[in-house]
Amino acid sequence: MRGERKLFGALNFTLRSGELLRIAGANGSGKTSLLRIACGLLEPTRGEVRWGGKDIRRLQEEFWRQLVYVGHANSIKDDLTATENLHVACTLAGVPRQAAQIGEALRRLGLAGCENLPARVLSQGQRRRVALARLALSKGAPLWILDEPFAALDAAAVEHVQDLIAEQLSRGAAVILTTHLEARITAAAALRIDLEAT
Amino acid sequence: MLAALRCVIYRDLLLAVRRSSDVLTVLLFFVIVVSLFPLGVGPDPALLRTIAPGVIWVAALLASMLALNRMFASDHADGTLEQMLLGATPLGMTVAAKILAHWVISGLPLVLISPVLALQFDFPREFLWTLTLSLAFGTPVLSLIGAIGAALTLGLRGAGALLSLLVLPLYVPVLIIGAGAADAAVSGLGGQAQLLLLGALLVFAGAFAPWAAAVALRISTE
Repeated sequence: MRGERKLFGALNFTLRSGELLRIAGANGSGKTSLLRIACGLLEPTRGEVRWGGKDIRRLQEEFWRQLVYVGHANSIKDDLTATENLHVACTLAGVPRQAAQIGEALRRLGLAGCENLPARVLSQGQRRRVALARLALSKGAPLWILDEPFAALDAAAVEHVQDLIAEQLSRGAAVILTTHLEARITAAAALRIDLEAT
Repeated sequence: MLAALRCVIYRDLLLAVRRSSDVLTVLLFFVIVVSLFPLGVGPDPALLRTIAPGVIWVAALLASMLALNRMFASDHADGTLEQMLLGATPLGMTVAAKILAHWVISGLPLVLISPVLALQFDFPREFLWTLTLSLAFGTPVLSLIGAIGAALTLGLRGAGALLSLLVLPLYVPVLIIGAGAADAAVSGLGGQAQLLLLGALLVFAGAFAPWAAAVALRISTE
């Protein structure tokens, strides 16, 4: 993948399956912008992002079907329950899930008992867990892009999410994430991009 | 893909049910504006009969504009719009489903209640169906055109005022043809020509507006 923007330039990297890419940098250094470019939400000023050798702007839905993006916002509707939120998210991503699978994913992130509560009454950390429960439901996706996945999570939840990421990597998928924490994720190959250095 | 579209429609309707005050605001606005006119212009039946289609159409147009802001704004704020942009379904189809849901929530109630309101104006009963049908064809066109404006002004400061300026000129032909349908029916000319024109507008807007709105969404979320 290649990308270029005012915030950062001359950035060139390739991510292979099973590899973890960690993007580091201070606030405002362009981590989120780089992730948004990588998913195709943002058009790079110059350069291009390729998936399987093809420009993602051409692939569009074909690329997005294989991608799971968890952004800064939790993408959760306050008036829907945790289960309904995940059901909608999975259906939109093209992988409809049964209520039982969603319940299991929520339990895995320590949200047992919150399945049918409206997201409005959940705490910030619990909402983040609901958003990340999508990961447990998207094991088939070959690329995960996670923007600050550990923000607002407690130590136990951070462990769960790190386990999920490690499992996904061992399955041969690629994961890109930004984080301030020094994440301890066992990966066959880990890359790191420091945006201040570029 | 159909499952995703059904899911979007179901989700938006469910949200509207859980937050019914938003839906009621639009309907109430429509009912109040239309009901105030007979009080304001006086009880002359002949005059009321003449202004009925115009008043009902203008009120419906303003009411549907009132609801436009919300079409994408809340999805944009909580990030669900990003997930739609990155969804497995072509964005144009998702947007079409959202517009349909938006019309069911904000347009359909107006269509259904309009015959009752027209009776306040002593509107001839045999032409009520022309008026209702013109609204049934016209309000989806308003939602479709409005979606383009709502997508273009998404996340801007002063989006409300800009949105009105943007879509109002495009609403005017729909208003003229729509109100003209009932007028023509009452004057004995028959409103079929206007209804057919509205139908044509609906087909045209239905085919192109969702794609235009989808492109506008991609631009305004960058």
